[in-house]
Amino acid sequence: MDETELRQRVETLLAEHPPEATDRLDFLHARFDAGLAWVHFPEGLGGLGLPRGMQPLVDKALYRAGAPDNDPRKIGIGLGMAAPTILAFGTDEQKQRYLRPLWCGEEVWCQLFSEPGAGSDLAGLATRAVLDGDTWIVNGQKVWTSSAHLADRAILLVRTDPDQPKHAGLSYFVLDMHDPGVEVRPLRQITGEAEFNEVFLTDARIPDGDRLGDVGAGWQVANATLSNERVAIGGGAFPREFGMVTSVARTWRERPDLRTPSTHERLLRGWIDTEVARITATRLRQKMAAGVPGPEGSAMKLSFARINQQLSALEVDLLGDDGLRYESWEMRRPTHVDFFGKDAGYRYLRAKGNSIEGGTSEVLRNVVSERVLGLPSEPRVDKDVPWKDLPR
Amino acid sequence: MTTAPADVSLLADDVETDLRASVRKVLDKHCTPEALNGLYDGRDEVTGPLWSAFVELGLPGLLVPESLGGAGASAREAAAVLEESGRAAAPSPFLTSSVVATTVLTALGDTEILPALAAGEQTAALLVRPTALRHGPAARTTVGLPADVLLVPEGDALYAVRGARVTPVSSLDMTRPLAEVDLTGAERTLLAEDATAAVDAGLLMGAGLLASEQVGIARWALETTIAYLKERRQFGRVVGGFQALKHRLADLYAEVEQADAAARYAAATLALGDTDAPVAVAVAGSFCGEAAVHAAEEAVQLHGGIGMTWEHPAHLHLKRAKADALLLGSPEAHRAALAVLVDLEA
Repeated sequence: MDETELRQRVETLLAEHPPEATDRLDFLHARFDAGLAWVHFPEGLGGLGLPRGMQPLVDKALYRAGAPDNDPRKIGIGLGMAAPTILAFGTDEQKQRYLRPLWCGEEVWCQLFSEPGAGSDLAGLATRAVLDGDTWIVNGQKVWTSSAHLADRAILLVRTDPDQPKHAGLSYFVLDMHDPGVEVRPLRQITGEAEFNEVFLTDARIPDGDRLGDVGAGWQVANATLSNERVAIGGGAFPREFGMVTSVARTWRERPDLRTPSTHERLLRGWIDTEVARITATRLRQKMAAGVPGPEGSAMKLSFARINQQLSALEVDLLGDDGLRYESWEMRRPTHVDFFGKDAGYRYLRAKGNSIEGGTSEVLRNVVSERVLGLPSEPRVDKDVPWKDLPR
Repeated sequence: MTTAPADVSLLADDVETDLRASVRKVLDKHCTPEALNGLYDGRDEVTGPLWSAFVELGLPGLLVPESLGGAGASAREAAAVLEESGRAAAPSPFLTSSVVATTVLTALGDTEILPALAAGEQTAALLVRPTALRHGPAARTTVGLPADVLLVPEGDALYAVRGARVTPVSSLDMTRPLAEVDLTGAERTLLAEDATAAVDAGLLMGAGLLASEQVGIARWALETTIAYLKERRQFGRVVGGFQALKHRLADLYAEVEQADAAARYAAATLALGDTDAPVAVAVAGSFCGEAAVHAAEEAVQLHGGIGMTWEHPAHLHLKRAKADALLLGSPEAHRAALAVLVDLEA
């Protein structure tokens, strides 16, 4: 299908379901069924088997026509992590069942990977699933789950065989978050808010038909999920003066009384680091479009974490007296992750998480040095030992 | 904000890739550590033969219009030559003559001197302070000498001077040495009454493309250090397996990749004459200058004792990186320039 035919398809959708006269969900269903949800997905699953690069054509045309969207910010985990994993590892029946309500936003997804005892060492996780007939009984605790309090389904990584070494004994499931064995509690952060949750699983039940991939193949499935997360972090398109530098630069321009030589030096360095990150991300996108995967992706997150932390700290310093204010310590449960919040103090505190979430900067440096630079791996004394025999 | 980012390709095309390969071949042959060390010991057996090889490849005329015997190529191709030159710590007047002086003369519409520069028969140098970021008074000491033609500012005017007396100066980086100039009695011709814009254009082009040279230095330092740390054993292990070193190299890798992207963006905007070029050059001038010095310093430290020796080429790149970081505007000077361009003045 070429661009003209794709455009025609969009026109047909709009003609048959005029946005101004169609219910929002009905329109989203029709868009999905026309293969215009994500054109790089296969036919029958919301796509047309086209290159990913043709999607913006559809999005722009529908936006111009005033069509409703699926509010992607609220369903980011479903779109960015669950969907590609289901597509890669799900059965035909699972793809049919999950993908349409996922994309249309009827079912919100969350991700249950990290545990109090398994952060950087995710493969060491301890939540257990035991097969009882054709149902898995799950017990354990998950943590750092955004959207858990809003979610209908979760992608879940658990241990199904403790006699195997840690990577080999894992399996990957889709969990119904409305199961009575699922309890969600807010996890309050240093900002005062609770973007994330703890999820306690007590005899939660999962039909074996809700497993993604083979029993024992959970690690391979989880890696597919996580590589999609990294693509999402590294491949964005940014304008000039984006991210944390925006508000610092605004303050600098509006408040000449605050300016000092030292803050000026820090501001210019931060501005330059931000611009260089923009250019590097642009080159990464150009490489991906040309089919040359750039290894810069894994290094981008390291830079973003450092830049965010340095600039948000600068903003507090620059504001001086006003830097001591903090908008509110009220315990809120926002619907999506927000790095910026309302004031400099919030940004300073929230940015501390940037070098921890989605892979700590220390682990990422290992990843870059081993996978990109080819330096020797860290000693992995636990790699071939049955999980149940590991010291804990 | 005064300018918007340019939408340019940051990937090398086939022409750049081929050019880079030919240049690297020539540099590998001529720029051996022994030959470069000789520059510090008063033996220059490399500059002349290397320049002849550059002439054979047509590099001196890269930025000269075809009508004047040049290749009519763009800043992108010149950047590829400079990146390779940095990697090799090559001693050549390419930056000073074929980039800076050539850009000044092109901006002035010269047709007298450029053909000789393009043919590689003569070289030229702009006689301003080595650290100059903008048009300024003539200097007594500068880089890129000896040159057949000196471009000498006097007030707003620019003169072509031949036959000046040049005395070499012992300098921090002998791969791009300083020299003192005495213009007394030299023959001079007026090139333009007001050459300030042309001189600024030459210096902007020079600073923007110097960033590519700095990327070349940084890449050499990173790659050489990684290779060494994969071989060197202490405590019964390859030392590249120690996390303290792995993490430093991961950070350095990120910095070098970013410097590379920044330098390419600067070259691409200069090639197009895009309005964003001054911002791109200021950003690259600040970032790449510091990245090259950092990479070269890391190379010396992470090589351990061998990195401090005369025998190992790390010192050649450290000296080149440190001197480059002052040339055509220090990182601090570039940041000060940027502050004005993006409305973030002190």
